[in-house]
Amino acid sequence: MTWFLAKGLLRDRSRSLFPMIVVVAGVMLTVFFQSWVQGENYELIRSSAAFQTGHVKVTTRAYAEKADELPNDLAIEVVSGLLAELRTEFPQLAWTPRIRFGGLLDVPDSLGETRTQGPVVGLAVDLLSATSPELKLLNIKEAMVRGRLPERPGELIVSDDLATKLGIEPGALVTLFSSTMYGATATANFTMAGTIRFGITALDKGAIIADVADVQAALEMDDAAGEVIGLFRSGEFDGRAADKVAAQFNARYAGSDDKYAPKMATLPEQGGLGQVLQLHGFSLGIVVSVFLFAMSLVLWNAGLMGSLRRYGEFGVRLAIGERKAHLYRSLVAESAIVGAVGSALGTAIGLGAAYWLQAHGIDAGAMMKGSTMMYSQVLRPHVSAACYYVGFIPGLGATVIGAMISGATVFRRQTATLIKELEQ
Amino acid sequence: MSECRSEGYVRKIGTRNPGLVLARVAVLAACGLRLAAAAGAEAPTGEWILNKVDENNYADTRIAVSEMVIHLARNTRTVRAKSWVRGTDESFTEFLYPPRDKGTKMLKLGDELWTYTPSTDRTIKISGHMLRQSVMGSDLSYEDMMEGHKLVDQYDAKVAGDDTMLGRKCWVLELTAKSADVSYHTRKIWVDKERYVPLRENRYAKSGKLLKTTEVKSVSQRQGRWVADHVSFKDALKSGEGTEFVLDSLRLNASIPDYVFSKAALKK
Repeated sequence: MTWFLAKGLLRDRSRSLFPMIVVVAGVMLTVFFQSWVQGENYELIRSSAAFQTGHVKVTTRAYAEKADELPNDLAIEVVSGLLAELRTEFPQLAWTPRIRFGGLLDVPDSLGETRTQGPVVGLAVDLLSATSPELKLLNIKEAMVRGRLPERPGELIVSDDLATKLGIEPGALVTLFSSTMYGATATANFTMAGTIRFGITALDKGAIIADVADVQAALEMDDAAGEVIGLFRSGEFDGRAADKVAAQFNARYAGSDDKYAPKMATLPEQGGLGQVLQLHGFSLGIVVSVFLFAMSLVLWNAGLMGSLRRYGEFGVRLAIGERKAHLYRSLVAESAIVGAVGSALGTAIGLGAAYWLQAHGIDAGAMMKGSTMMYSQVLRPHVSAACYYVGFIPGLGATVIGAMISGATVFRRQTATLIKELEQ
Repeated sequence: MSECRSEGYVRKIGTRNPGLVLARVAVLAACGLRLAAAAGAEAPTGEWILNKVDENNYADTRIAVSEMVIHLARNTRTVRAKSWVRGTDESFTEFLYPPRDKGTKMLKLGDELWTYTPSTDRTIKISGHMLRQSVMGSDLSYEDMMEGHKLVDQYDAKVAGDDTMLGRKCWVLELTAKSADVSYHTRKIWVDKERYVPLRENRYAKSGKLLKTTEVKSVSQRQGRWVADHVSFKDALKSGEGTEFVLDSLRLNASIPDYVFSKAALKK
């Protein structure tokens, strides 16, 4: 019967074309919208993990309380010991030390006096080790604009916007003016190896990246680091696994009240990110649900309209002896075919658009000029497993339910009045 | 001269007994002085007190050696420095200790501040919001260190009451900035009534939020002036025990060569 119904739909386009178009369009929009909102969540997690939180992060307890102030006076001491410990105990994550700092980047004139200067936010990462995960995590190589990556100690990279503002080219001498871990004035000369565009407005305004060993020397942080971040080797954040690792690590120091004892926090536990993600997920869930509901209503209505238009046809079929139950089943089956095929087509088109935009992105930098959020200015959707089936909820489900409800009128038709209806 | 004749007495109206006049003038003058003295002793104005504070505090030049004991979260640092100050607009400071900071210099000319570090051989200008940053990790900012103007030029003062600090009777003055570009919008200072040395000071933002406190621990007389030689500074926005400033030696009105207050001196 299915093939018979399918042939009937193919031959009689008046019955199938309009509903099919509606289902394809609705499902396409649903799939694309789902991938778009997931992309927002995915990017928030990715950017945060790369530039701020890692998947997990270890700091001293005192540092964690004042993390926004970049309190390097509260940094982890003997960080090499902690790193060795973490790499042995939790090999499923890659561990790397970081120092975050603030200061002034000063550019000299020919007399060695200030020609120009600008405030900077600094990130010291392991740039020079062969095994460092930082180059890939921060996407530094791909993000370079001018010059090259640092290849030796004493080199750093500057955000391209800041370098343009200061009027410096690769090879320029710059001086970092900051504070040491012990509060003294810290000054250190660097050569700007190259410039970078992070794609994150807050960083592009004025950030520098230097090798962690250089910054340790400049800030008097021998074998110390403000933070140690851990990243799952799969590259994807696993909330449950992260919770387990953090719980296991923190349990070791649970009995200590030393404010400089190390403490591990997962990505959602840092900077209120968990609440942001929860709120984000909740908002997205509501938005997606409302959209699904709206699409379902549209497709349900399409199913209703389709059945109502065929009122006369049903009358003829009943008059020539088709049973009501059979008629009803064929109606539902037709809508299922339209719904399934339409959903499959709509999903394919929606996924195609999502994959394309995932690769190319939309540059929203102009809209985010004043932003201080750690969020990429290139917006992309993210295709996940859910995108492959979410379209079928309105596309197949709503269409079939619409047909089932409207088809119920079949059972109210009185055979005795059929001839009279046909005469009308 | 008219005459008034009465039985047995003739008095010439208009004439005066010189002795009586003198006596009356003397009495009036004494009363006036007493009133004036009474007025000065019981109700000096805020401006008057502030002038006395500035008179005691300011000299044409000052050469001082001092130490800052900076209490940090994990340790305590001691920084030793020598300063040359001329008037309100020129000062030069060289850090002598610890070894990492030795040779670091700061030069203030007017509203501009430069710092030189021998490790980088760079002269860096400190301006804008950087002036509010801490000097050497202490509770003093560069702005605090640059302060040189007389208080009476920058603030309107009113006497808010009396108090006792360090066992000394003090006036409590409330100062309000005369212009918007002053670092602290309001201050409250406790001024020693005899020595005109501020023994305590609270510095506030325009919102009324307490920003810094200074508390004098000891005072001594040097070259005829009373000087606070041990002061505790505390940044009210930071936790911690603050910074202590200890004056080791002070020379007032000594001759300072002009070259000291030049950028060339930073690199010497």
